[in-house]
Amino acid sequence: MKLSLAQVEHVAQLAQLALSGQEKELFREQLSSILEYAGCLQQLDTSAIPPTATVLPLENVMRQDQIRPSLPRADVLANAPATEDGHFRVPLVLEGEG
Amino acid sequence: MTGLAQLAILEARELLRRGEVSSVELAQSVLDRIIACDNDIKAYLTLTPELALEQAAEADRIRAGAGEQALPPLLGIPLAIKDVICVEGLPTTCGSHILEDYVPPFSATAAERLRQAGAVILGKTNTDEFAMGSSTENSAYFASRNPWDLSRVPGGSSGGSAAAVAAGMALGALGSDTGGSVRQPASLCGVVGIKPSYGRVSRWGLVAFASSLDQIGCFARTVAGAALLLGAIAGYDPRDSTSVNAPVPDYLGSLEGGIRGVRVGVPREYLAEGMQPEVEAAVRAAIGTMAGLGAQIVDVSLPHTGYALPVYYIVAPAEASANLARYDGMRYGLSLGGVDLWDTYRQTRGQGFGPEVKRRIMLGTYALSAGYYDAYYLKASQVRTLIRHDFNRAFEKCDVLVAPTTPTTAFRLGEKVSDPLQMYLQDVFTLSLSLAGLPGISLPCGFDQAGLPIGLQIMGGAFDEATVLRVAQAYETATEWHRRVPAMAHEAHAKPKGEGA
Repeated sequence: MKLSLAQVEHVAQLAQLALSGQEKELFREQLSSILEYAGCLQQLDTSAIPPTATVLPLENVMRQDQIRPSLPRADVLANAPATEDGHFRVPLVLEGEG
Repeated sequence: MTGLAQLAILEARELLRRGEVSSVELAQSVLDRIIACDNDIKAYLTLTPELALEQAAEADRIRAGAGEQALPPLLGIPLAIKDVICVEGLPTTCGSHILEDYVPPFSATAAERLRQAGAVILGKTNTDEFAMGSSTENSAYFASRNPWDLSRVPGGSSGGSAAAVAAGMALGALGSDTGGSVRQPASLCGVVGIKPSYGRVSRWGLVAFASSLDQIGCFARTVAGAALLLGAIAGYDPRDSTSVNAPVPDYLGSLEGGIRGVRVGVPREYLAEGMQPEVEAAVRAAIGTMAGLGAQIVDVSLPHTGYALPVYYIVAPAEASANLARYDGMRYGLSLGGVDLWDTYRQTRGQGFGPEVKRRIMLGTYALSAGYYDAYYLKASQVRTLIRHDFNRAFEKCDVLVAPTTPTTAFRLGEKVSDPLQMYLQDVFTLSLSLAGLPGISLPCGFDQAGLPIGLQIMGGAFDEATVLRVAQAYETATEWHRRVPAMAHEAHAKPKGEGA
């Protein structure tokens, strides 16, 4: 089964990736062949097999809610593309409330 | 003798202890080697010579002032760190343009523990972008080259670390292994590389690729060096809730004792047709050597081996697509302003990520998307359980498993870049162990006719790194492969100081 261009565009939108026309075509080919290859998994009957999400026998890990020193704010903001008054500055998120 | 730069970690430690060499002299020798060789090999993305010499001088002062006190285990040993592991104040690019200017304000637990153990940090090594690849050709900056043959890849994704250790440009190094990214480059570069059990080493400060698989591992020129490094970084860390609170054995102290009576399993699926004949011959000879040392060779089967590749290439991209959602151009990293928030996300990510990373994000997003989740992600996670069961059953009959690390020796640059599936097949012998979260090591077990190293993989049960290391040590002690040095390292040593560049 080969992916359609519309499927590739839909996935790119979900993944928030701007792709060129050439990239879309390339990924359409490559993803189709990788997924076709992965189709061999369907040969196995796994109806009674639980999925593995982690190999560790871990339950939720809890700790005391204690106050600890955090990183200096200036050090963290030093990597930010834009800051203002000690905060990250980001584009408008909710329309009509600017 | 090829000089201080080619010393094994334990040899260097002994010379330092006896006062025959200082940490500064040792660091300077390795830095000289880097100047002589790294223009050709390109193992380092960031080099920090001043900092390294400062840390070495500090190590010499600590040694001078210690008197009879015990010294930190890696005092004055010059090491490299893969550029997916954060070191405070040094760039951490992950081999990606999207993190080109990122300087973390904190150090990974593993990096911090190396410093506490007295290690000298030389710099950050090249990697496939976000550790996705098997050759370093996916690095956004440049491809690294194999010290045994500069027209060939060093493997990946931790190819920079493996190449640096092979060429005497670091005595040891950290890497990360998600599906084989420590073992495969160790094999291709003729060094020792260990991937511990999932949960053995804290992932805090390791930039996430696939969180259920990622583990930090170590490179060295000998098994003992790898044991020493692993001992320094292993152990519980409250900052990583998947690090396991279990005692860490004295790996170095438990290396000796031999392998008489140890049950060595040979999984028949790993010696099937299709691999380079010299690799198969070398691995079979290694099994013979182990039998000669008194190991009991056991035939075992891991029947779901053939499914590891498709499982991995669903599970790892799925986790990556979620992990890499954080690169949104808002808090750190590249930010390309678009017409609105969504356009900023898409432009930043579309231009900041390279082709392999985008391919895997697309694949993972598809596998998790509505309508396909059950057929791909859930199915792969169930087959992952079957792969784990295979190992559980095998380890009822044996103590370790041995197999080739890779189906071929180092391939040429450009040979596999256009066909992702061919590149993925490089990891066909390392993926299963990662999916099961078990420890494994690769160490040299021969050379092919072109003089390229062949790697032997030894796999162990959960949290049984000590047995893996002990078996590896017995094999290494009985053989001479680890003593071979790439010709270019010999030549670099023969050149007078400072003429290398």
